[in-house]
Amino acid sequence: MNAVIEDSNIVVETHDLTRKFGKFVAVDKLNIAVKRGEIFGFLGANGAGKTTAIRMLCGLLEPTSGTGTVAGFDIVKQAERIKSRIGYMSQKFSLYNDLKVEENLEFYGGVYGLDSRALKQHIHETLERMNLQHVRTKMTAELPLGWKQKLALGAALMHNPDIIFLDEATGGVDPVARRDFWDMIHDLAAHGKTIFVTTHYMDEAEYCHKISIMHQSRVLIQGKVGDLKVQTGMKTVEELFKHVVTQGDSA
Amino acid sequence: MRLRAIILKEFLHIFRDSRTLFLVLLMPVFMIFLYGWAVNLDAKNIQIAVADLDQSPASRYFIDKFAQSKYFQVTQYVTQPDEFEDLFRRYEVRAGITVPADFGKSIGNEFATSVQLIVDGYDGNTAQTVLNYARAIVAQYNTELLPQGFEAPIEVIPRFLYNPSLESGNFIVPGLAAVILMMISALLTSVSIVREKETGTLEQILVTPVHVIETIVGKVIPYVFLAFMDGMLTIGIGVLVFDVQFEGAAWVLLTNTLVYLYSALALGLLISTLASTQQAAMATALMLTLLPSIMLSGFMFPIAGMPLILQVITRLIPATYFLEIIRGVLLKGTGYAELYHNTLILFGIGTLFLLLAIRKFKVRLG
Repeated sequence: MNAVIEDSNIVVETHDLTRKFGKFVAVDKLNIAVKRGEIFGFLGANGAGKTTAIRMLCGLLEPTSGTGTVAGFDIVKQAERIKSRIGYMSQKFSLYNDLKVEENLEFYGGVYGLDSRALKQHIHETLERMNLQHVRTKMTAELPLGWKQKLALGAALMHNPDIIFLDEATGGVDPVARRDFWDMIHDLAAHGKTIFVTTHYMDEAEYCHKISIMHQSRVLIQGKVGDLKVQTGMKTVEELFKHVVTQGDSA
Repeated sequence: MRLRAIILKEFLHIFRDSRTLFLVLLMPVFMIFLYGWAVNLDAKNIQIAVADLDQSPASRYFIDKFAQSKYFQVTQYVTQPDEFEDLFRRYEVRAGITVPADFGKSIGNEFATSVQLIVDGYDGNTAQTVLNYARAIVAQYNTELLPQGFEAPIEVIPRFLYNPSLESGNFIVPGLAAVILMMISALLTSVSIVREKETGTLEQILVTPVHVIETIVGKVIPYVFLAFMDGMLTIGIGVLVFDVQFEGAAWVLLTNTLVYLYSALALGLLISTLASTQQAAMATALMLTLLPSIMLSGFMFPIAGMPLILQVITRLIPATYFLEIIRGVLLKGTGYAELYHNTLILFGIGTLFLLLAIRKFKVRLG
């Protein structure tokens, strides 16, 4: 609201965003711009800096230098205001295994400050959307991994956020469940949500509108998936990734 | 609303984790009965041996004085005093009395005589007690020997203040309450927070608009409740089963217990910021709560007898201050006026721990 945004459609933007841990530079001068309704993919091997970048955007980590805005709020000064506008889900599917399915949703709805009426309705809607009504009173520990993943996404969406950060959110899940998951992500994007994903599965990158390839803390290339393929003459994101990373290493 | 969600969730964790519940409810009961019954600090029925070299009516009468007291039990009669050592080695007796061969003759002729008492000194406290009891019995015997018509010399009748019968319960129960309250609250809070660190749920909570303070308060409240119940359980059993006195006002104890819990929970929180695994948290919590609270708080050993460096350390341990409070309230009926400085210090220590913990918490995120 009080931040200046040049293009009102841009919901995530960074300028030279940098994070160092001691002497190690985890993210080096990151510049990105993500528009409303876009699925933005951060690609890279483990340790490339994807998670550090996403943690800075979510207000979990302060940048060493550079600036950024999420939903129009400054990531350093207005981190608290950002938090109610974003949903976050990590590879750990941060659910409580000793809580029932509905109790997990009640908890996350509760910490986002939903009152009991809104809570009831959102739990109902979430269970319906995720197709989990039949397990609502089951212990979370008993669910298969793919269902836990859906539940974790549902929990991250309880407060109807504008921007959703998914950090390696498909790790360890079987291919069928991953397809289902991506169907839901496309559906969310179609409803105007902005999705920010990190992944090292190259096939998933094909589902993204825009990608950014990170390697050793820096972005090597970014843009629309189709444009990048044309530009480099590669047929798949996998080929594109190998091509770009090999070039980056030899440069 | 957000705070309520955190508190409710924490209670669900506790009630679904049977091991924690078991620990919380049974440990105090177990500890109090173990300490109350097994650690008997009152010296009664001390087993002694006698070498009666005289074998006269006078010597038998003298030995009878010991046998009849509730403090001593004559279990062995030997012919030579050098047999005592063997009995000491086998832990069969604590002391040996030698009555000299001329005992009866000397008494009959109104000469002064002496008997020898040898005490096994491996347990200094009991040895001292044995010596004191033996002196008292001899002093009583001496007054009997005074000729008729003489005034009886001044008799010393010891009267112990605050714990008139010197019962162990009065000594142990307040100390145990201090240990249990500290251990349960610091241990459980630190483990529960570190568990959330391990599973990643803490991070998930940190990306929500919940404030750090709300997270901490919400997680801590259920443990305040549990620890409080444990404290009452300990004192309740103490009063009902071990006849512990309760001279003071209940609300003085309750309010001070809350302040003590505050310091214990703050310590638990601080531990949770230092430890990265549940095992590490548990080990650290035990090391920082159980040992100092038992060994250095004045519970088991008097602080005045410790080397200076340890005395300084005792002043950093919350249990030291709480022990003075709870002993005061239970045994002496002390009120706020005498205790307020201890309360303030506990509050200060708690706040120090809390500020350190919050700072650590933020640093980790930054």
